[in-house]
Amino acid sequence: MNMKRDYYEDINLFHSKTVIFWFAVLILFLVLYPFLFKNYYIYVANYIAINIIVATGLNILVGYTGLISLGHAGFFCLGAYGTVILMVKAHIPFLIALPLSSLFAGLFGFLIGLPALRLEGPYLSIATLAFGLTITQVVGKLDFFGGREGLHTSKLLIGNLHIDSDRDFYCLLIPITIIMIFIARNIVRTRVGRAFIAIRDAEIAAETIGVNVMLYKTLAFAISAFYTGVAGGLYAFVLRFIEPQLFSQMMSIMFLAMVVVGGIGSTFGSIAGAILLTLLDLELRNILSIPYLGKFLESLSKNFFSITGVSNIQFIVFGFIIIFIMLFEPLGMFGIWIRIKKYWKTWPF
Amino acid sequence: MSAIIELKDVVTFYDLIIALRSISISIEQGSITAILGNNGAGKSTILKTIMGLISRQPSKGDINFLGGKIAGIPTEQIVRLGISYVPEGREVFSELTVKENLLMGAYTRKDKKGVKKDFPWIYNYFPILKEKENQWAGTLSGGQQQMLAIGRALISRPKLLLLDEPSLGLSPLLVKEIFNIIKAINKEGVTIVLMEQNAKMALTISDYAYILENGRVGIKGPSVELLEKKEVRELYLGIYSGSSRNRYQNIKKK
Repeated sequence: MNMKRDYYEDINLFHSKTVIFWFAVLILFLVLYPFLFKNYYIYVANYIAINIIVATGLNILVGYTGLISLGHAGFFCLGAYGTVILMVKAHIPFLIALPLSSLFAGLFGFLIGLPALRLEGPYLSIATLAFGLTITQVVGKLDFFGGREGLHTSKLLIGNLHIDSDRDFYCLLIPITIIMIFIARNIVRTRVGRAFIAIRDAEIAAETIGVNVMLYKTLAFAISAFYTGVAGGLYAFVLRFIEPQLFSQMMSIMFLAMVVVGGIGSTFGSIAGAILLTLLDLELRNILSIPYLGKFLESLSKNFFSITGVSNIQFIVFGFIIIFIMLFEPLGMFGIWIRIKKYWKTWPF
Repeated sequence: MSAIIELKDVVTFYDLIIALRSISISIEQGSITAILGNNGAGKSTILKTIMGLISRQPSKGDINFLGGKIAGIPTEQIVRLGISYVPEGREVFSELTVKENLLMGAYTRKDKKGVKKDFPWIYNYFPILKEKENQWAGTLSGGQQQMLAIGRALISRPKLLLLDEPSLGLSPLLVKEIFNIIKAINKEGVTIVLMEQNAKMALTISDYAYILENGRVGIKGPSVELLEKKEVRELYLGIYSGSSRNRYQNIKKK
């Protein structure tokens, strides 16, 4: 059992020496990573890190506060466009443009959070869905945002350092990701985080002990939108080019899927979900290059599962994997982790 | 003795359905007041109306708490005035630990040291909570959850504690225990309002009682007197005395 003897133990970020040890190993691995792997895998790592930030932020909303959003691609879009436009048009340095545009995304999150006070479940998801769809339409129509052609990012300078290659960007991105994760971990351990969980578990009881439900629901939206905004701003520099079509509805659903597959209400789960889904998304197209089986599957999907005649086997496999995970472990990857932990802790029973 | 809270001609609707038809209740400082009644008589509605949980209600009437009007104020501000509410069916935060649940209860308090000092006070009433301090509240049994819900309400140091059916779904022995604790809490000066189905228990520990019928106050009076009253005994306590056996049942049917 999780026994804590005093308050300081309770507020500790790390629960034991083992955790510190494995955390050190992880940091070491992350430091060595760019030297061990080739460029493509660094790009993959960057991509994963960005999705981790989004999933962590979305988890505060979905997992801890019990609200839902199908419009997070909209906040992602705001973060990305905000950062690029501030840098290209107003020549504001990256380290100021990123937080500014994230705050802007957070402000929008606050506004979108207002209907959340009245709407629940399916109704709320439709309202947020509408937001996600609208943003890309608006951005695509306005020439100021580059219209349908999109925008190229400007040079990324931090002080005098020119961040150019994926490897350079990795060195910038990973520390930001770790900091964001730590902040999220801390938010859910404080008064604010407990209020979020209280609202999710028993809204009326939360209200009757003095939690301002309105404030905290909109706050949850704002925080998670801020996280998504940060990730969006960074994403622009992974691709070095942004266009409205990138921020599709599919993206919002992927974000939500990361949180759900990872395990709702656990930061660890969100991270795991983000890693798994990003890897699947990027790597499943390699299915087609498996000898024999790949060719077979390709023709199968072209002939039977596709309207347009384009091979879509990777999406089918992707869907299957998610269905299987949710079928066998409804708590997601976090549930699998819990089960392993329980097995060892209660061994030999 | 003066009234800590007073409801004057309060009318509450759920949309178009009238739930309270002009209810006037006055609760003495430092007392235990029981509010009894059948299902649907409006017991819980009274508490919800006091707490401001039903939006835009009460539609008529005044609620005065310690001399100030509280009708129409947002719930979280009412809590800050010193009213605590234990909702029906416990409603603990299942994925917070027992300790965190209590911390949430002290949400409105600014004095962190005072809150820390109050933990032993709560644990003194409910020793089982101390044992299960770091366990998720969702893993507690029903009785323990009820104790936690009461503890959570107590730790905000309320002047007035509203209990909505604390005996719901508990074994007779546990009901007795909970009621004893309620009495002990009252002795420390907390005014208590008790909504109950368990009429006998509630009348035994309370000083004054209101019996609701169809959204109106039907019978009221000191609990000791009500325990002796014929119609109360027959309708709510199920004790029949000789010849009048069917009389009040017939009245009720109308």
